[in-house]
Amino acid sequence: MPEYKVKPKKEKVQRFYDYSLLFVIIFLACFGLVMVYSTSSYTAMLENGDSFFYAKRQGAIMAASFFIMLAVSKIDYHIFPKFAAVAYFLSFACMILVNYVPGFGKEVNGKKRWLMIGNVTLFQPSEMVKVAVILCLACFIVRVGKKIDRLKALILVAVMVLPVAYLVLDNNLSTGIIILGIAFLMYFVASRKKALFGLIVGGGVLLIFAFIELAPKLVEWGILEDYQLSRIVVWQDPESYARTGGHQVLQGLYAIGSGGLFGKGLGNSIQKLGFVPEAQNDMIFSIICEELGLFGAFCVILLFLFMIWRFMVIAGNAPDLLGAMLVVGIMSHIALQVVLNIAVVTNTIPNTGITLPFISYGGTSVVFLMIEMGMALSVSNQIRISQT
Amino acid sequence: MIASKTFHRRKIVFSAAAVALLFFGLMARLSYLMIVRSDYYHQKAEELHQRERSIKAARGTIYDRNGNVIAANETVCTISVIHNQITDPEEVIRVLSGELSLEEADVRKAVEKYSAREIIRTNVDKATGDAIRAYDLDGVKVDEDYKRYYPYGSLASKVLGFTGSDNQGIIGLEVQYEEYLKGIDGLILTMADARGVELDGEAEDRVEPVAGNDLILSLDMNIQQYCEQAAYKIMEEKQADQVSVIVMNPQNGEIYAMVNVPEFDLNDPFTLNRESEGTLSSKEYQDRLNQMWRNGCISDTYEPGSTFKIITMTAGLEEGVVSRDSSFSCPGYRIVADRRIRCHKVTGHGAENFVQGAMNSCNPVFIEVGMRVGVDNFYKYFERLGLLSRTGIDLPGEASTIMHKKENVGEVELATISFGQSFQITPIGLLRAVSAVVNGGYLVTPHFAVETRNQEGTVITKFSYEREGGAVSSETCEQVKYILEQVVTAGSGKNAYLEGYRIGGKTATSEKLPRSQKRYISSFLGFAPADDPQVIALITIDDPQGIYYGGTIAAPVIADIYANVLPYLGIYPEYTKEDKKEEDS
Repeated sequence: MPEYKVKPKKEKVQRFYDYSLLFVIIFLACFGLVMVYSTSSYTAMLENGDSFFYAKRQGAIMAASFFIMLAVSKIDYHIFPKFAAVAYFLSFACMILVNYVPGFGKEVNGKKRWLMIGNVTLFQPSEMVKVAVILCLACFIVRVGKKIDRLKALILVAVMVLPVAYLVLDNNLSTGIIILGIAFLMYFVASRKKALFGLIVGGGVLLIFAFIELAPKLVEWGILEDYQLSRIVVWQDPESYARTGGHQVLQGLYAIGSGGLFGKGLGNSIQKLGFVPEAQNDMIFSIICEELGLFGAFCVILLFLFMIWRFMVIAGNAPDLLGAMLVVGIMSHIALQVVLNIAVVTNTIPNTGITLPFISYGGTSVVFLMIEMGMALSVSNQIRISQT
Repeated sequence: MIASKTFHRRKIVFSAAAVALLFFGLMARLSYLMIVRSDYYHQKAEELHQRERSIKAARGTIYDRNGNVIAANETVCTISVIHNQITDPEEVIRVLSGELSLEEADVRKAVEKYSAREIIRTNVDKATGDAIRAYDLDGVKVDEDYKRYYPYGSLASKVLGFTGSDNQGIIGLEVQYEEYLKGIDGLILTMADARGVELDGEAEDRVEPVAGNDLILSLDMNIQQYCEQAAYKIMEEKQADQVSVIVMNPQNGEIYAMVNVPEFDLNDPFTLNRESEGTLSSKEYQDRLNQMWRNGCISDTYEPGSTFKIITMTAGLEEGVVSRDSSFSCPGYRIVADRRIRCHKVTGHGAENFVQGAMNSCNPVFIEVGMRVGVDNFYKYFERLGLLSRTGIDLPGEASTIMHKKENVGEVELATISFGQSFQITPIGLLRAVSAVVNGGYLVTPHFAVETRNQEGTVITKFSYEREGGAVSSETCEQVKYILEQVVTAGSGKNAYLEGYRIGGKTATSEKLPRSQKRYISSFLGFAPADDPQVIALITIDDPQGIYYGGTIAAPVIADIYANVLPYLGIYPEYTKEDKKEEDS
């Protein structure tokens, strides 16, 4: 009977949407576009006769990804686990194709990172692996629930993460490290244990220091290859190796040092004029420093910090563990990549290629980052704001 | 649906806090790099980015003693193209090939070459440079530059020297006084990208060049010019290889003229001044050039011959082993050890006193004097008269005396040294030694440079030269001057006699080595006025054809030079009463 119909309570529920996160994403994406144009226009003009060559491509992909992100953010994230297995095996398959099947891996600068079918270059599967690992691990953690601290769960996580991480590591050390880092952080949050992780981190740090100290010995003993040692040696004193391995880092340092407090002004970098190799990629932060100074660099770092804070808020208020773990994974991804990128650019750690999220040039990276942002926004969108 | 627990939230916050900590760590690292290390990296980056273009400093002008410009700068232009800045290559090619009259293909090659900066042509005269600049073409640079210019052409070429493509001195005074003349180049600092392409719109730093100092010489271009004409005249008359003349003030060593004909064109120093037979290899060509640039007055040694008897005479008089009235006898030869050394007059001069012996330039007389002086004393005067060392003239490439080792000098050597054979000296060395004898015993340093001045005309450096006294006594000096005046008045140097002037001098005819070739250098050394010498001159004529006696061919040239130079220097003829009478009658 129609008279008895009561309006369902559901309709009164107000849902949250993290507009401040959305704003930061838009801001960073636009800023990134400006910086890609600034860093690449001169060399693009010389190489391709079009100063917008890189900026245009990046802009188009960014615009498309932006809509993908908005769409993803409007989907209830509880549907995502349905795709977890597909995403995992798809990325696994892509990695195997790129690494081991001739004709599918495209080599750029001596590294096979691109999936290619026929003559068409598609994307870098390693970027997809990150999303897949976040998704699968979140699902797994939810499924095991309290049993997460059992050895069996740990072994299962290892079985799930390590093979795919190895595939990535083979050609792309830094992305491999990021995947392991994401898994580690997600596991840390899910687990009730604390001391164990403290020990692992402490032990890891000690190991790294010992490794650096013992590196020359390790070469003598045949454990380490010469070229790996050279990276460490170059890192410790890039100026002595300016012509060989230290070139990129040193040029980056020149750019950073020339910036001073407020920089030379947007577009006025000189280091981008062919001195810093491929300035629009991994080294883009050094040009930000040169053009916008310490002030600009701090602003960028603080924007990322703000982003991390938003992830923390969303993860903390997520309706359930799945949402929380998804956002933790995304947070870990962004945090690790930003930290490692800036650490490399400032020569705080040995050089390894890592892009700066949202800002560095790179289509694949943007697409999957935007998907991740969509997922995070989707989690935020499921947060109910109580009416009382 | 599994809800997240409180411990999850705590761990999320913990993780975020850890990340924040890392971020702050990186910010600290950035602050260190961008504040503490900023200057260091900034400077390194600047070094990397800056491209220097030098602005040449104007080289100092060289003036003679009367203020005549003898080496100046001419403004020339360097035309270059910068590939990246060219907007209309066809127009650039058309204009440049037209204005510079170059092959269009060559210009096209340079214009289309992908390089930072391509020089099309250097040393373009200013008018053409201005014309090209007036087209105002993108990517074409007209840079002004200086080129050395010598208004007198070949005059004193071997003394002055010339400059190379970087305006650096190559020979002569230009190289000797390089550091005074060259100035300090300025700089234009521009920013460039990694390929070295200059960037438009970046601030240029400019360091202004400092012009070099002007150099004032003791050289007198009028005397130089006259001497050069005289030298060319005798060279042509006698078909000699070369003729050199030095005119100097014996009192202070200032050189008025130094001629080495044939001279070469200073404005075109890489073209040989003599026709050469056949084609030369590049090494041969370079050898010829070096030969052409060579300043014989200071770089070539020769056997002085009879002019050296002045030194023997000085030693003998100073040592008191001979006087004006000492009597000698010349049979036409003299036996020394087992050798028979001939006098140039085969029949002999017979009985003569020392003055007559000098007037006759009699070898046996001087051999006897040399014997009386002895090796040790002889060498003492060589030392005092500066014959064993270089004169220290302010020109590069001075040769040393080639003299016997004292312990190797036997009777024969001593005898031949006495009349100027068996050893070699430079003309300038001989001139200085004789100057010391006739100026009262002062060993002067022959020189050209007097002072340097800056662009405002303020004197910057005043050059001072050694002038050591006591080489010989004034008494001996007077004796020698008297005897040498007799040589010109009535002896072998009578062709140098100039009415109204008191001129002293000595002729010489030296054999060139090897003696079998029968080639000679005839020379004459003269000074005036004989009682108080103000000008001393030495002429050497290398390999004259026909009559080769110094007294016959060299002495008249000096007389001719003196006839013009002495009045020019304010030394006018003084006629004695007898002369006047002769003229009146």
